[in-house]
Amino acid sequence: MRKRAIFSTIGSAVYMGLGQLINGEWVKSIFMGLYHYLILRFVIPTLRQTWWGLITLGEAPRQDHSIVLLSYGLVGAIVTIIVVGFYLGNIVDAYRGGQRRDKGHPAPPIRETMKEMVQKSYPYFLVAPAVLFILFTVLFPMLFNMSMAFTNYDLYNSPPAKLVSWVGFENFREIVRLASWKRTFMGVLSWTFLWAILSTFSCFLLGLFLAIVLNNPRIKFRGIIRTILILPWAMPGFISILMWSGFFNTSFGPINQWLNAIGVASIPWFQNVFWARTAVVLVNLWLGFPFSMALVSGVIQGIPAELHDAAKVDGASPWQEFTRITLPLILYAVSPLLIMQFAGNVNNFGVVYLLTGGGPPVLGNKGAGGTDILISWIFKMTFDLMKYNYASAIALLIFIFVASMSVVNFLQTRAFKEEDMMG
Amino acid sequence: MRISSSSKWVRNLWLVFSYLILLVAMAAVLVPILYIFFASFNTGSSLYSSTMIPKNFTLQNYRLLFNNPNKSVNFSLWTVNTLKIASVTSIASVVLTSFTAYAFSRFRFWGRRYGLIMFLVVQMFPGAMGMVAIYVLLNILGLLDTHLGLILIYTGGAIPFSTWMAKGYIDSIPRSLDEAALIDGASRWQIYWRILMPLSLPILSVIALLNFIGPFNDYLLARIVLTSPEKRTLAVGLHAFISGQFDQNWTQFAAGSMLTAIPIMILFLSLQKYFISGLTAGATKG
Repeated sequence: MRKRAIFSTIGSAVYMGLGQLINGEWVKSIFMGLYHYLILRFVIPTLRQTWWGLITLGEAPRQDHSIVLLSYGLVGAIVTIIVVGFYLGNIVDAYRGGQRRDKGHPAPPIRETMKEMVQKSYPYFLVAPAVLFILFTVLFPMLFNMSMAFTNYDLYNSPPAKLVSWVGFENFREIVRLASWKRTFMGVLSWTFLWAILSTFSCFLLGLFLAIVLNNPRIKFRGIIRTILILPWAMPGFISILMWSGFFNTSFGPINQWLNAIGVASIPWFQNVFWARTAVVLVNLWLGFPFSMALVSGVIQGIPAELHDAAKVDGASPWQEFTRITLPLILYAVSPLLIMQFAGNVNNFGVVYLLTGGGPPVLGNKGAGGTDILISWIFKMTFDLMKYNYASAIALLIFIFVASMSVVNFLQTRAFKEEDMMG
Repeated sequence: MRISSSSKWVRNLWLVFSYLILLVAMAAVLVPILYIFFASFNTGSSLYSSTMIPKNFTLQNYRLLFNNPNKSVNFSLWTVNTLKIASVTSIASVVLTSFTAYAFSRFRFWGRRYGLIMFLVVQMFPGAMGMVAIYVLLNILGLLDTHLGLILIYTGGAIPFSTWMAKGYIDSIPRSLDEAALIDGASRWQIYWRILMPLSLPILSVIALLNFIGPFNDYLLARIVLTSPEKRTLAVGLHAFISGQFDQNWTQFAAGSMLTAIPIMILFLSLQKYFISGLTAGATKG
């Protein structure tokens, strides 16, 4: 009864197109057989090379460049997945064709097959360019980075003079075992969290407060005021940050100049850890509050007037109206975005790097200064200390943390729950 | 009567207080911007000056941006480079995003679910972490120190987030429109080109603008990828004014910053209502 389905499945597993031949789909089977031949002839030998490179990372120093082998290996792995995908698709197709024949239907003519293929592959053609872009510009760097976390790639094991090799979870173990690394890691980690909390909430609270103040219809020129308050958001970020690095400069910055004018001694903004951290948080507040303000303003304006009218009829005071209606609705609307901002601030490289460069230096720390957060420390480990393995290991930890937080957060949103994800 | 007059008094107090708060906030926003604006007309190279408004007003800093004896300073070339990178990135990402969002919104196909989740997860991977890999990749492809390499990376990075934005927007366009067109015999390309693309123009223009401003704002990637002075973008060029250990030129930095920031700010402010409505739509939908 189901002979053809079984035979054609086995046939296509042995050689692509064979099952289609058994099912009587001539043209299709010729194309698939040709494809299989080309893959075997040209692609598989190359893939064998890349897999050898990926597994060994080279065997002879100066001849084999481990990092090049690793990158080719990863590209090879991506190509392998695509090739295997086509191969599995061919088996499924043979099985379905066989089933159709077993039920007594004739083999479809090639015209119909073509038509159906064009129909079905339409969305894939639309998505393919973007997916290819992402594979090579986003996914490849990600995989490369993750792989380095499991190697011993650093200044002392650098190709071409030396080979790099796989070390398993050794880097993760060493970061928490070696005393100086552990101390630096823990210090930077706790400041990163403190920073993410302070920066997220300072921007949100100030934005919320200003949005509420601005929402009062009795205030004149609200449009102009709002536009002025949005200016920091409109200004290119790197210009604002560099500008502030000049303002906070201890010797020539206007801030200390003004403080001196009112009789306060100069503050060592970038020389003292506490003041440097204060400066980073303040600058980030200046940059970030307009976004929250605009967001909260939009939410407030979206609250139906009937809710406020009903509250007034029931005799609610303005304060009650605010705490019982406005605030809960704002929090409900913006909390997913707040979580995203928290995740973004964990990796807020720009402010730290351009304002303080991570400084001031802290004695005995492995390259991390007083304001360095994990991401800027990773950058320094990569470009100053050439400690690629540790940098990648820590990057992987942050990525897992941030990505899982965002995914869980996203799964909670209504946008996702309403989405029918079946495809 | 007594209650209402006292509540009126409270409300007037709140109004005065509100104006005070807003004045302080506006001063905090405007003083730094005006300071750097006036500094760009200042003589000398230091940010330090005894008065905020310069006593000796000069256009020298602006002149030196375009006509500098130091050949590595070439503001017009930086502008051309940046505009080129920004517009190609913007166009490429709009085209790719628009197709992808159409497919994700209107078709049900195998892998759609995984694709959407992949788009969500990869955008969490911060660029600064992938720097080494991007450097190696561009090196292998021979695209280091080229604008094309930078454009490819910017576009790839822009796609995931932009696709989610555009998909959400197209989802909100009723499907009955497509179905009616389908009955009238329209092809799927016609449905996209004649119906969905024109209707999603608002979100596409926001995406175009965001990805146009993006390359203006990026310092780090441009710094790592571009090494020759004649390929510099505005961000890299401006940073060079103040990154020297001994020859920091703040007034020229200020002049260049003004010329860069003012067009971007005008563009942003004139379109701010689209940004904000897009934002709140996303928030209230969440």
